[in-house]
Amino acid sequence: MSHVEEALPVEKPLLTPGVFLLLGLMAVGFGFAVYRYLYGLGAVTNLNNQYPWGIWIGIDVASGVALAAGGFTTSALAHIFHRKHYHAIVRPALLTAMLGYTFVGMSLLVDLGKYYNIWHPILPSMWQGNSALFEVAMCVMAYLTVLYLEFVPILIEGLKGKLNLPAPLSVLRGPVESLLQQGWFRKIVDLADRFFGKIMFLFIIAGVVLSCMHQSSLGALMVIAPYKMHPLWYTPALTLMFLLSAIAVGYPMVVFESMWAARAFGRKPEMEVLGPLAKLIPFFIGLYIVAKVSDLVIRGAYVHLFDGTFQSNMFLVEFGLGVLLPFFLLLSERVRRSPKGLFICAALYVILGVLLNRVNVFLVAYKPMYATRPYVPAIGEIAITVAMISALILCYRVIVSVLPVLPAPEGDEAPQGG
Amino acid sequence: MGINRRDLFKLALAGGGAAVLDPSPNVWSSTAAPLDPDRWGMLVDTTRCIGCRNCEWACKEQNQLPSAPLAQFSDAAVFESLRRPDPTSYTVVNRFAGPDGAGRPVYVKVQCMHCDHPACVSVCLVGAFHKEAIGPVEYDAWKCMGCRYCMVACPFQIPAYEYANAFNPVVRKCTFCFERVTREGKLPACAHICPEEVMTFGRRSDLLKAARERIARHPKKYIPHIYGEHEIGGTAWLYLASVPFEQLGFPVLGHTPVNKVNETVQHAIFKHFVPPIALYSFLGAMMWIHRDQDE
Repeated sequence: MSHVEEALPVEKPLLTPGVFLLLGLMAVGFGFAVYRYLYGLGAVTNLNNQYPWGIWIGIDVASGVALAAGGFTTSALAHIFHRKHYHAIVRPALLTAMLGYTFVGMSLLVDLGKYYNIWHPILPSMWQGNSALFEVAMCVMAYLTVLYLEFVPILIEGLKGKLNLPAPLSVLRGPVESLLQQGWFRKIVDLADRFFGKIMFLFIIAGVVLSCMHQSSLGALMVIAPYKMHPLWYTPALTLMFLLSAIAVGYPMVVFESMWAARAFGRKPEMEVLGPLAKLIPFFIGLYIVAKVSDLVIRGAYVHLFDGTFQSNMFLVEFGLGVLLPFFLLLSERVRRSPKGLFICAALYVILGVLLNRVNVFLVAYKPMYATRPYVPAIGEIAITVAMISALILCYRVIVSVLPVLPAPEGDEAPQGG
Repeated sequence: MGINRRDLFKLALAGGGAAVLDPSPNVWSSTAAPLDPDRWGMLVDTTRCIGCRNCEWACKEQNQLPSAPLAQFSDAAVFESLRRPDPTSYTVVNRFAGPDGAGRPVYVKVQCMHCDHPACVSVCLVGAFHKEAIGPVEYDAWKCMGCRYCMVACPFQIPAYEYANAFNPVVRKCTFCFERVTREGKLPACAHICPEEVMTFGRRSDLLKAARERIARHPKKYIPHIYGEHEIGGTAWLYLASVPFEQLGFPVLGHTPVNKVNETVQHAIFKHFVPPIALYSFLGAMMWIHRDQDE
């Protein structure tokens, strides 16, 4: 057995009913987006002067960033701590992170009132280092660049003979073939291959550092609003909570998407990689639990746990079902070895533990004092968020079909290089 | 010079969640806001206000906001519901029940408080807000990206957004008539028109003295609290009232500026970039140490 599993494009038809569904959802969201650009944020959202942030920030941006944490956590495991065993999951995690951050940017283009000024943070004359959002913006921009650079070797490997162009992309076959036959083009590819091989370690470390910085700063955003936040979530240590929960969600997210992809492509889940990976999950969730529980105790916020209010109930769902339950289940070896058990635990932590946490922190915990009614997302906001997620899944589907991202299915022969 | 022990300590405190317990809030000062000791203030004596709303009209005239003839502002029906500043009204007057719920109602004018340590200035990532040393908190629309973080941050919930504007939506709030006062030497429009001298414009330090004197002279009329003297580190606008401020729609706030924790953490992280560089070096070392662990 070779020590690095080979990655190959997925050889499945691209135009499936699922893909058409995604395209349909994207079309609906696109319609609302056009409306938003023509008539303003007020026309499609339920945002107001009391609730300036809605699900585009809570889900698209905050949860999007958190759930992309698989990228830096697997890259640290496989490349920095050199656990070669895990190489098979690095590429899909990297792709998810790259797409996740790309769509964070896209969502901001919809959410920002003056989206055409989105580039302002790169102007040194406007730098404002006191702002946690400034750090988030800079790190996200830098990290997105790093992610694209980290992806270049996969593109190169594709160009060097592992490219797959299923219909309807097959129309590109001719032009791509002729481009690949050009001597100068092959020279560039070879040069890039060698160059990136030499310096990639710099980007890999930078990716981890940048992730730690902005994952935590994202939590710092709400530290500014102590008087508007529910005490079950508000803590000056929100920065630390976001970092720990982001680190903890990295591997569950990899498990979640890997098993989902396996199902979608009719493959066996790679339990020999995911099983050992799952063993690490309780350790990281445990760290988060220790921090969160200590924080609740030290601040005395635990008294609100059973208030019976919407907020305290949301907290119980998030922490009880999303954090404690998967933690205890994953301590059991039997659960970790069962594909179904592992998938459920990972999904619980990903969706209830972290996605709900981000929504809770940014939307549910936020209680502006003069609000007359609570914020509920408008149909347009939901449609655009759904469209963003659909577009992300579609891009993932297309890219794993074209480029060598996912590990080759067991027992498959590698196709001849061309 | 690298990061010093004090910074590390501050980072540890903030990270551990203890920074907010710092017993000396007044020692801290945001680097974003150098303050003039002679900076402006505005003392609002709510016991004098009759709810004529002339100030609302004058404000709209001054700032060229959509308005109506002055006569229409005497309509008391607007007091039926609590109003907040919006993109077309930088200030609004609300009515509350008087002392013991009886007698004359209390009218309260609301607008930007022009904080000494403004949260909006601290959070704006492109520096669209700035605090003039002389007092006003000003906004540069051309820098703004429209992220609306200022609205999340403001403890008084003041900045209002032009949600209906598709192409150039901006944040709107009271300017303290900065231009009018500095260029034309006039009083802020609201203070200028007020028939009851509810507002006194002057040096903040002088106004605090005057407010304390008024409370001392009429201990039965005023509650012994100058709202804005210490709230979140102090505000340029100061209020006197006959009933506790929480009954007049004011948020109950502590004395520590809300941006203190954030800025302490940010400064600790970005001072000479020591934590990121240390993490980078550590990870580099780990990569080197584990390089031969390939199976």
